[in-house]
Amino acid sequence: MVSFSRLAPVLSLAPVLRSAMGPAIGLSLAFVALQPAGAAEGTAVFADRSKIAAIGGSITEIVYALGEEKHLVARDSTSRYPKAALELPDVGYMRALSPEGVLSVNPTGILALHGSGPKEAVDVLKKTSVPFIEVPEHYSHEGILEKVRIVGKALGVDAKAEVLARELDAKLTAAEKQTASIKERKRILFVLSIQGGKILAAGSDTAADGMVKLAGGVNAVEGFSGYKQMSDEAVITARPDVILMMSNAGPPVSDAELFGNPSVASTPAGTARKLIRIDGAYLLGFGPRTADAIHDLAVSLYGGQVTD
Amino acid sequence: MVDQSIAGPVTASASEGDRSGRARIVILLLCLGLAAAVFLSLTSGASDASAVNVIGDWLFGTVPDNAALSARDSLIVYDIRLPRIILGMLVGAALAVSGAVMQGLFRNPLADPGLIGVSAGSSLGAVAVIVLGATMLAPVTALLGTLALPLAAFCGGLATTLVLYQVATRRGQTSVATMLLAGIALAALAMALTGILIFMADDRQLRDLTFWQLGSLGGATWAKIASVGPIIVLALAAMPFLARGLNALALGEATAGHLGIPVQRLKYTAIIGVSAAVGASVAVSGGIGFVGIVVPHLLRLAVGPDNRYLLPASALLGASLLLLADAVARTIVAPAELPIGIVTAIAGAPFFLWILLRKRGVVDL
Repeated sequence: MVSFSRLAPVLSLAPVLRSAMGPAIGLSLAFVALQPAGAAEGTAVFADRSKIAAIGGSITEIVYALGEEKHLVARDSTSRYPKAALELPDVGYMRALSPEGVLSVNPTGILALHGSGPKEAVDVLKKTSVPFIEVPEHYSHEGILEKVRIVGKALGVDAKAEVLARELDAKLTAAEKQTASIKERKRILFVLSIQGGKILAAGSDTAADGMVKLAGGVNAVEGFSGYKQMSDEAVITARPDVILMMSNAGPPVSDAELFGNPSVASTPAGTARKLIRIDGAYLLGFGPRTADAIHDLAVSLYGGQVTD
Repeated sequence: MVDQSIAGPVTASASEGDRSGRARIVILLLCLGLAAAVFLSLTSGASDASAVNVIGDWLFGTVPDNAALSARDSLIVYDIRLPRIILGMLVGAALAVSGAVMQGLFRNPLADPGLIGVSAGSSLGAVAVIVLGATMLAPVTALLGTLALPLAAFCGGLATTLVLYQVATRRGQTSVATMLLAGIALAALAMALTGILIFMADDRQLRDLTFWQLGSLGGATWAKIASVGPIIVLALAAMPFLARGLNALALGEATAGHLGIPVQRLKYTAIIGVSAAVGASVAVSGGIGFVGIVVPHLLRLAVGPDNRYLLPASALLGASLLLLADAVARTIVAPAELPIGIVTAIAGAPFFLWILLRKRGVVDL
């Protein structure tokens, strides 16, 4: 038998902690992702760009848009466009990377969108001699140009990246102008999912919120950030004119199910049965295709009022 | 066979000799099995890093023209695979032994650390750090860094257990039945509080939570092993001392008391040990299920219900099985990785159902 006193060390954590506390104090697991994304660590140019692992759908798209896809040796599971990218080995979901998996494709550089994780995996990857460049993400016009320039610099094709950034800048400006003169702004509710009749909607600081603004709409949701379940009354008070959903995320929600929801049915969007569905990666990627997505969304919202 | 755990042998009987001999052989085989599992884990992975070469380099010096590759390989072996193996063995042993001890304590072959709310309490601590780490708990996370999560989970598990004890103990006597019921209530409360936190979480945190709840040994680092390793080792070291007491307890508390077993202290030690081991395990690896149920059951078929053999055998088999599950998780979808909780549940849940089918009508639960 062991007496309780012999177990005392188990209960007193302090000595264990002090011995285990490393000098390096990082932020906790999830929260790195919430810090504003700074510049990439260390050098922002790959010394050897022959084998690049791209983590994040928009990063992979930008590499293709720059015509530098010959350097790619791996992608993550969110990189589903262009089709050719699907041929590359998939190192898993960008937030659940396996360090050995990423190293197994023998990359000479890792290009990761901000928010890639988990932190431990990224820490291990940064310990290797393989350069790791993190690309910041901001849900805005400028954020896209910044991504293009950083990816271009990393791959040593600054001039090409500048050309692409200007081209996208012009397209984005044009796409935003299309709705500039419209007086009556539509209120849009972005619905991520409906589970058990509960609406999971996008608040501020989301890619959906950014897109709604760029397409000349107003996010019907006020008062919360990120994705949250809304109560029936909150949905009614939000008075959305249009419901926006992703067309390919998980099991499809039928129109009948959406408009069968009493709270949705009683909104202007419900009475007019206004529902827009757009491919998730296209709508929320904030990459080279975003200008087109803004145009498509604007046309779906305002139809003939959109000026070219 | 399995249901004999309810009447474990305390006194010597004719079959005692045969059984102990057989149990020793099983334990020896389990030691060999663990060695094989360690070797397999060290040499398998998504990359082609050769553990044999790395260990060879370490023994005989690096081959000069191979220095760059060798540096990468030794990082993969020393900083990725080795910490995972050590963490996997600790967690697997902790979960399996905790399960065996709980089953002995509650005299119920289906008891599990998850039952008394330890796992739920640990989860609450961990989720609190994931969701509040940047706001309310910012000073804590800034101070502890990546250790904040395991420690919060450990404290959550321990706090749950201590409350449980206050509720279930009257005049120095702990009622196991009350503890079970209180555990269910506390688990429900912990889950509700976790629900509030999940409601407060933003989408990034929700994604982190989802992956954390599925369980993974992927975050294994030497720092984590240093933080929870001592706790698990201490708890595991204390558990074999409980074996004789748990054997006696199988005859009922009163009988065990008459046999000179300090029943109250036994219960207290078992509960604290299980909380420490499970809290620390949940903290570093998230939700890994079924090890605590499947391993002791499998071993009761092999070595019988005697805790003197069951506990060490559970530690060995738990460690081996978790290493194997992790090897599958690491390689089956390479270069990506499956959460290990999925692997243990896919392997464990059907096995558990099979146990129930075999015992149907034999044991009333």
